[in-house]
Amino acid sequence: MTFTLNRRGLLKASGAAALVSGLSMPSILRAQGQTVKIGVLEPLTGNLAYNGTQCAAGAKFAADAINAAGGIKSMGGAQIELVVVDAQSRPEIAASAVDTLAEAGVVAFTGASASALGLASSQAAAKYDLAQVFSIGTAETIVERGLPNVFRFTPGVNKCTSVALENLKQLNAAAGNPVKTAAIVHEDGPFGSNMAKIMAEQLPQQGIEVVETISHPTPHRDFNNIALRVKASGANILIPSNYLNEYTLMARALRQQRAELMAIYSILGGAASNIKFVRENNDVAQYVMDCNHWYDPNKPESKALAASVAQAGLDLTYDVMVSYATIQVIADALERGASTDRKAMIETLAASTYDGSIMPYGPTKFVNGDNVNSQPVNTQIRGEEIELVFPEEYATAEPVFPVPQEG
Amino acid sequence: MSSLILPAVLSGLTMGAVYALVALGLTLIYGVLHIINFAHGSLLMLALYAAYFLFVHMGLDPYLAIPILLPVFFCLGYVLQRWVIAPMSGGSEQNVLLVTLALALIIDNLALYFWTSNTRSVDIPYAYNTVEFLGAYLPLGRVIAFFAALAAAPLLWLFMTRTRTGSAIRAVAIEKRGAEIVGIDVNHTYAICFGIGTACVALAACLLLPTFYVTPQVGYTFVLVAFTTVVLGGMGSLPGALIAGLLLGVIESLCGLFLGESLGQIGIFTAFILILLFKPSGLLGRRAA
Repeated sequence: MTFTLNRRGLLKASGAAALVSGLSMPSILRAQGQTVKIGVLEPLTGNLAYNGTQCAAGAKFAADAINAAGGIKSMGGAQIELVVVDAQSRPEIAASAVDTLAEAGVVAFTGASASALGLASSQAAAKYDLAQVFSIGTAETIVERGLPNVFRFTPGVNKCTSVALENLKQLNAAAGNPVKTAAIVHEDGPFGSNMAKIMAEQLPQQGIEVVETISHPTPHRDFNNIALRVKASGANILIPSNYLNEYTLMARALRQQRAELMAIYSILGGAASNIKFVRENNDVAQYVMDCNHWYDPNKPESKALAASVAQAGLDLTYDVMVSYATIQVIADALERGASTDRKAMIETLAASTYDGSIMPYGPTKFVNGDNVNSQPVNTQIRGEEIELVFPEEYATAEPVFPVPQEG
Repeated sequence: MSSLILPAVLSGLTMGAVYALVALGLTLIYGVLHIINFAHGSLLMLALYAAYFLFVHMGLDPYLAIPILLPVFFCLGYVLQRWVIAPMSGGSEQNVLLVTLALALIIDNLALYFWTSNTRSVDIPYAYNTVEFLGAYLPLGRVIAFFAALAAAPLLWLFMTRTRTGSAIRAVAIEKRGAEIVGIDVNHTYAICFGIGTACVALAACLLLPTFYVTPQVGYTFVLVAFTTVVLGGMGSLPGALIAGLLLGVIESLCGLFLGESLGQIGIFTAFILILLFKPSGLLGRRAA
C-alpha cells in the first residue's frame, strides 16, 4: 500500500511526523514537472520514533526550501521528491526498507537516527550502489567498514568526545580551573560505555580526576541512589551520557538530593539539547551544558528553518537540523553532478566540498566516508532557550561556567 | 558507602510502594480471577496519559485527578472485561491471555500513533520538594505514594473481606459454578473485579505521574516488576502485594548500591526465583483473600 500525498499538505500537518509514523510503506511527496527522488529512512515507529519523525520532518523542510528556491538548477529545476520509509526502530527492517528505496528509484538516501539502524541500512544499500548520507550515527564502526556508499556528515562519538573535552578544558581554564574532579554517569549500552571509557582516559590528562563512574540500564526507574553517590563523591562536575527519559529523572534526583555541582556537562546528552526537557523541567534544566550536533543559528537558512518549524508546531531539535543539512548535501551533489546515476552520485558525494549547509562545519571533506570537517558545538540551557555558547564564532550567548550557586 | 545504606533503604521503600500500587490491581485480576492481564502495563500507560492531559489541558493536579480517574477507569475495566475480554475468550484461560495481549498491542500502538513516542512529564510546583527523614531526603511525591500504598492495600483488603461484593468476588474465584448456583451474577462479578483492578492502576498512575514520565512504552517499565510482586506476595493477597512491593524496592535499591545500578534488578529476579523454589505460594499466599 503506497500513500501519495501532496507535499505542502503533508508539511502543514506537522505533521508530518505523526502522520508518516503510521505508514509502513513509502510516502512519495510529488511535485510538478521533472523530479528527482531522495530517500528518507528513519524509525517512524518503535522506541526511536520521536527522533525518526523529527528527522523526517527536517528532511521535508529542506526539500520544501530547495524546491521553493527553484529545485536542482543543473537538472532544469528538477524538484525533489522524498520517499519516506519506516525503519521501525529495528535494524532488520532498516535493511529491508533499503529494497523499497531502491525499487522506488531514489538516487541517495538519508538516515537513520541510530547507529544500529544505519549500520544495517548502509550495508544493504551497498549492493545497490546506493549512497547513504547519515543524519545521525555516532558509532565509529559506520565509517570503519570501507563501504564506498557511506557518507557520515555529522561527527562520530570519538570526535564528539574529544571536542567536548577540549571545550571543557578551555571553559575550565577561562574560569581559573575551578573544576578538579568529575563524576561520570552513563547508560550501560555501547554509546554510554564507550564514551565513559574515553573520558576516564582523557579527563586525568586535563587535570580532572574521575572520582565516580556509575553505569545504569535503560530504562531505569530510580536515580536517587545515583544522585546520592554523585553527591557523596564530592565531584565538582557531572558528565552524563544517557537518553532523555533517564536524563530527566537523573536531573530531578540530583536536585532533590541537593547535589552541589559546578556544572552538568553532557556529551551527546539525550535531554540537554532537547527543548522539551527545557519546557517541562525548566528549573533543573538551567545552565545544563551539552556538546552535541547543532546548527549555526546565525545563518539565514537556519533562521528560516526555525521559523518553519515553529509554524508547523514542531520542536526544533538537532534531529531536524542534521536531517535538513543532509538533504542539502545530497541536493548539492545533484546540482554538481547533474545526474541521477547512483554510482555517479557516490563519486560526486565523495568529492563534495559543500560549505552551504546550516551546520557550523567547514567545507565537506569525506575521508573514508567520514566528514572530517564536521564538529559538535556546546549548547547551554538559559531560561526557556537553548543557546549556542561555544565556539565563540557561532555563539548566541556567553557560556556560564561554573554555574552560579543557589542561595 | 555505609552512610548511603539508610537513604538507599528508605529510597527503596518509597520506590517499592510504587511497585505495590501497580501490583494491587494486578493481584486482584491475576490472583483472584486467574486472568493473566498482559494489558495491565498498557492500562497504566493510558491512565498516566489521562492524568497528564488533565494536568496540561485543565491544570488539574495529578493528585486531584484521582477522584475523576478512579471511576472512569473502573468503568473502562468493567466494559473491557464484560464486553471485550469475556466474550472473546469464551471462558478459556489461554484465550484470555491472547485477548489481553491483543489489547496491549492495540492500546500501545494507538498511543504511539496519536501521542507519538514523545516523552512527556509534568512540571509541578512541588516537583523537587523533599521530606527529610533520618538525614535522608525523600522525594515528596514518593512519600505520598508510600502512604497511599499503605492505605490502599488494607482498604482493598477490607473491601474484599467485609463487603458482599468482595465476598462475591472471592466466591467466584474459588468456585465459579457454585457461586452461580447461589445466585451470584458471575459475569458482572468478574467485570466488577476487573474494574476495581483497573481503578487501582489509575490510582497508581496519579501517584506516579508527579515523579515519573509518560511514553507509550512506560507500562513495560513497571509491569514485569508488578508480576513479580504479585507472585512474591502470594497471588491474590493484597497485604502480600504491599509487603512484596516494599521488599523488592529495598532489594533493588541495595543491589544497585552494592552491585552497581546495572545489576540492581538481579536482586528482584533472584528473590523471584527463590520464592518459586522454596515457597511457590508466595509470602502470604495461603492467607490469600
